[in-house]
Amino acid sequence: MSTALAYKETGAPLGAPVYELNRVSKTYARNLVVALEDVDLTLRHGSFTSVIGSSGCGKSTLLKIMAGLIPPTQGRVVLQGEPVTGPRRDIGMMFQQATLFPWKTAVENILLPIEIRDGKAAAKAALGRANKLLDMVGLQGFENVYPNELSGGMAQRASICRMLITEPAVLLLDEPFSALDELSRDMMNMELQRICREQDATAFLVTHSIQEAVILSDEIVVMKPRPGRVAEIVKVDLPRPRTLEMMTTPKFGEIVEYIRGQLDKGEDM
Amino acid sequence: MTDLTNNPSSADSADYGEDTVWVQEIAFIDSVPRWIAMTFVFLVFIGTWQFVTSFGFVSPIILPTPLETLLDMIFVGKNLVTGGYMLTSLWITMLEVFYGFALAIAIGFTLGVLVGETAFGEKAVMPYLVAIDTMPKVAFAPLFVAWLGFGIESKVALAAFIATFPIVVGTAAGLHAADENARMLFKTMGATRMQTLIKMKLPMGLPQIFTGLKIGAVGVMAGAITGEFLGGGKGFGELIRIAASQLNTPRVFSLIFYLSFVGLALYLVVQFTQRKVVFWHKERVGSHDG
Repeated sequence: MSTALAYKETGAPLGAPVYELNRVSKTYARNLVVALEDVDLTLRHGSFTSVIGSSGCGKSTLLKIMAGLIPPTQGRVVLQGEPVTGPRRDIGMMFQQATLFPWKTAVENILLPIEIRDGKAAAKAALGRANKLLDMVGLQGFENVYPNELSGGMAQRASICRMLITEPAVLLLDEPFSALDELSRDMMNMELQRICREQDATAFLVTHSIQEAVILSDEIVVMKPRPGRVAEIVKVDLPRPRTLEMMTTPKFGEIVEYIRGQLDKGEDM
Repeated sequence: MTDLTNNPSSADSADYGEDTVWVQEIAFIDSVPRWIAMTFVFLVFIGTWQFVTSFGFVSPIILPTPLETLLDMIFVGKNLVTGGYMLTSLWITMLEVFYGFALAIAIGFTLGVLVGETAFGEKAVMPYLVAIDTMPKVAFAPLFVAWLGFGIESKVALAAFIATFPIVVGTAAGLHAADENARMLFKTMGATRMQTLIKMKLPMGLPQIFTGLKIGAVGVMAGAITGEFLGGGKGFGELIRIAASQLNTPRVFSLIFYLSFVGLALYLVVQFTQRKVVFWHKERVGSHDG
């Protein structure tokens, strides 16, 4: 079953493993499509990992399995030493759309995960923490504003806070800024980097943009479709903190070109 | 820059300054305030009415003159204000409408949640609801009279019967309004089915639910009046029926006029509630915010 995986030296950055996947496969029973085959992945503490690949390569399936939203057909999915068998408090997730609820103020939206898990009283008790998070993402003064009055970027800042309020061990980011315009996206990516450093977060990003993956990540997981599998894990050894200016350096261009080449190779299959 | 040959109104070009070569034209109707336009239509309507009646195109038994109608409206209005028999009738009809609407909301909302939230309801119950909804529901009126008699109950039942379906459909559709992201978010937060329903699906569906309520509010009036036409009683519908049988057309017109006030009031109550409850949702109808 072992497909030839061309592993590069992954040279794990920083801390201990937080999230581990071993030989994870997913076959959808409905149409017998093999969405994922034998995926091995380790996220280390404080690292930023991106996954990139054409549509149908199984990256959303992978993300859903990691979020505990769907079970894998086979394989081990372990977060902080505990098998993932469903949605968990220590998994934070962010989507392409901010998905703030218009009948709740910014701070009420941020406290929603606490309200759902622990009730209204606990949410009230966490108000101070929510305000601190709002300060951190630069939304101080917007606590009691309704989402209708927030711009796209501000809404995504608020949804970052909502993800962080339960102090998750891993952040799963599903193309979080792809609905924003390019200028905001670049800015939000730099913000995301800063926030991840401040929180010492372990992040996992699904993206369509090679540039975005390279500027943010320590490691990039390149996936290929039919069946969805990991083709290669590319290490990005650009210094931290990353800046937008780095996107013009030859080194950056090299990595982008290399990944593009890897992605194109799969297309004739 | 002063090439004014393109300008159709070059004669007035001096007003626009030297650099203006193409002047924005504003359509005439955009420059007229809404109330003037509405008054205009009203006057044309009354004028045509007056013309048709006073020149004998239509028999006065079929269509009274605007003045006759106005005088009768004043008469009916006086009777209503002084607490005459018409007020009693109006009160009966309003009670029917109120009970019918309350019943329709209770049944319609419950059924809508069951149908919208459960796969079984969606699969097995919804087709029947749609089938019944396509029937001309007023045709059930004699049946309700036979079951419940000539009192207020048969009218309440018909009114509720007619208004229930749009509320069911609106509620069921509203529960499906939540997008995939919101559902996924609630899953990742470990929300129970009840939490998902109350904290996300219902509030997200409120605009559709209120659309159902508004359609229901219109239907409940129609149901009550139809019930009165067919099942007798002492309501406003009965007054209209009697006036029509006596060929007292001005009275029919003025009764309908006051009746539509009740319908309008009910509709506005629903709309006002909607604005208060669904404060984040801006209606795009525009007919009231012109």
